Amino acid sequence: MSFVPGQPVTAVVQRIEIQKLREGENLILGFSIGGGIDQDPGQNPFSEDKSDKGIYVTRITPGGPAEVAGLRIGDKIMQVNGWDMTMVTHDQARKKLTKKREDVVRLLITRKSLEEAVKHSKGSHPRQ
Amino acid sequence: MDNESQYSGYSYKSSHSRSSRKHRWVRRLKRRSTYSDDNWGETTTVVTGTSEHSISNEDLTRVTKDLEESTPLECKRFIGPALGGCLSFFALITPLAFLILPQVLWRDALKPCGTPCEGLYVSLAFKLLVLLISSWALFLRPPRATLPRFFVFRCLLMVLVFLFVASYWLFYGVRVLEPKEEDYRGIVEYAASLVDALLFIQYLALVLLEVRHLQPAFCLKVVRSTDGASKFYNVGHLSIQRAAVWVLDRYYNDFSVYNPAVVNLPKSILSKKMTGFKVYSLDENTTNNSTGQSRAMIAAAARRRDNSHNEYYYEEAEMERRIRKRKARLVVAVEEAFTHIKRLHEDEAAASPKHPREVMDPREAAQAIFAPMARAMQKYLRTTRQQAFHSMESILTHLQFCITHNMTPKAFLERYLTPGPTMQYQQQSGRGRQWTLVSEDPVISGLRQGLVFSLRRLDFSLVVTVTPLPFLRLGEEFIDPKSHKFVMRLQSETSV
Repeated sequence: MSFVPGQPVTAVVQRIEIQKLREGENLILGFSIGGGIDQDPGQNPFSEDKSDKGIYVTRITPGGPAEVAGLRIGDKIMQVNGWDMTMVTHDQARKKLTKKREDVVRLLITRKSLEEAVKHSKGSHPRQ
Repeated sequence: MDNESQYSGYSYKSSHSRSSRKHRWVRRLKRRSTYSDDNWGETTTVVTGTSEHSISNEDLTRVTKDLEESTPLECKRFIGPALGGCLSFFALITPLAFLILPQVLWRDALKPCGTPCEGLYVSLAFKLLVLLISSWALFLRPPRATLPRFFVFRCLLMVLVFLFVASYWLFYGVRVLEPKEEDYRGIVEYAASLVDALLFIQYLALVLLEVRHLQPAFCLKVVRSTDGASKFYNVGHLSIQRAAVWVLDRYYNDFSVYNPAVVNLPKSILSKKMTGFKVYSLDENTTNNSTGQSRAMIAAAARRRDNSHNEYYYEEAEMERRIRKRKARLVVAVEEAFTHIKRLHEDEAAASPKHPREVMDPREAAQAIFAPMARAMQKYLRTTRQQAFHSMESILTHLQFCITHNMTPKAFLERYLTPGPTMQYQQQSGRGRQWTLVSEDPVISGLRQGLVFSLRRLDFSLVVTVTPLPFLRLGEEFIDPKSHKFVMRLQSETSV
C-alpha cells in the first residue's frame, strides 16, 4: 500500500456498496474515517507505511450500513463514487462521503489481507 | 483689544463692533441668524425693535467678570505664607540665640569649652545651613491658590513648630537664663538638639505636604457641564480642596477652551414643535382653562411627526462642509502670504547694494503680509465661532512671533485650526481666577469613594467624581524557555 511519488499506484481493491441509512434528517453510513494529506500520518494505527496519508476506516458502528456492506476496520479507501481518496484532505473526504443527494456510496477499498489472498490464489491457481 | 489702528493701503473693513464688548454694552445691535452672517466687522447689522439700551446676558457676565477682576489686591492671599515665614525665621534664629545669649550676658562665668564645643559648632552650622537651603527650596515658593478652609497639614506643622520652639525657650529660660548656667557645652548641645528636632519636623513636613499624595489612589473623572468634555486623572490621598486645586491645574492645560457660542442646538431646530397650533374653545361658558389648552397642544405636538433630527443632521453636515471650505481657503491664503517675505541674511544685504530693498522689522513684515490673509482668516474664525478669542491685534502679534522664529504657515495656523487649551487664552493678570468649590462634604475631609464635588465658574462648572483605583492582585507564572514545543495536530476522526 505504499506508493512511490510519480509512479502510478497499484493496489488490489474491493468494491463495496453502502446504502445510506436515513436517521431523521441525516444520512449516515456507520463508520468513521481518519487521515488525509493535512493530517499527521505517523499517528495512523492502521497503515503499514507511516508516511501514507490516505483515508482509513478507523471505527465501524456495529450493525450499521457499512458493516452490513462488508467494510472492515483498517480499510483504506481509494475511491468514493469515482472520486479519488488517496490525495485529499480530511475534510474533502468527509464531504465526498456525506453528500446529501446520494443515497448510495460505492467505495473502492484496499486492505492488506486482500493482497495476501490474491497472492495466495495466484500461487495455488497459476494462470494459464 | 481696543486698537483700531488703520493699516494704510489695505482695504479690509474696520468697524466699531470689532472692539471689546465691555465698552459697548450700552448699544446692543441684534444680528441675523448665526449661520448666514459671516461678515466679521462689516456694518450690515440690523437694529431690531429691541431698545438700544438693552443688555444681553453675555455682556452682563462680562461686566461682572471685569469688576471682580479689578478688585484691589487681596491681602488674604499672603497671610498664610507670611505667618509661616515669620515662624520659620524665628525657629531658625532660636539656636543662634541660645548660643549667643550666655556669651553676651555672663561671659566671664562660663566654663571654657574646647574641642568638643568646636565640633558641635561645626555640626550646628552645617545643620542650620541645610535647614535654610531646604526651607528655601521647599517652602519659599509663591502659593498657587488660596483655599477656602485651612490647609490642615500646614496648620498642623506650624503648630508643631511653634510648640517645639516655645517649649525649648521655656526650658531654656527656666534652666539656663535664670540660674545663669555655666556649663556652656551643655548649652551648645541643647541648641544642637533643637536643630535636630527642627530637621525632623522638616522631614515630617516634606512627607506630609509633598510626598504623601504622590502615590495614586483615586481616579477622578472631570466633566465640564456645558459641553461634556471629560478627562480622567489619577491622584493620591488629598483633601477635597487640595484635589480641587490639583484638578484646576490640569484643567488649564488639558481642556479645550470653553466657547459659549458652540453649546446648544440652535433654536431654529428645537423650537419647531410648539408652533403652528392655535386652540379654539367651542364651549359656551368660556372658562379660562389654560391647562386644558396647553395639554391639548402638547398632545397634538407629540402626535406630529418629529423631523428635527433630520434637520439637525443636515445642518451639521452643511456646517462641516462650510468649515472645510473656509479652512481650505485660509490655508491657501496663508501659504501664499508667507511666500511674500523672506529672511534677509547679513551677507545678502552687503552683497547687493544696487537693489536696495526695503528692510523691515518683524512687526512691519507681519503687517505687510497680513492683509491678503485677513479676509480668509475673518471668515474662518467666524464660521468656527472663535472670533471672540482672537482679535486683530492678537493675530498680528502671533504672526510677528511666527515670522521671527522661522515658522511655516502650518505652524502659524496651528493656533487657529484647533481650539487649544484654556491656558493659551489667559491674559496674565495678577488677580487670578475665581472658582467656587461646591461640595456636600466638608472640604477638608479626604477623598473617598463616591464623592462628588463641583467647581463652579460664572457660566460653567466642572463636576468631579471620585472612584478608588482597583486593588491589583498580581500573580506569577513561570514559563520554562525549554517548554515551548509543538506537534502536528492529532488525527481527527470524523464519523460519516
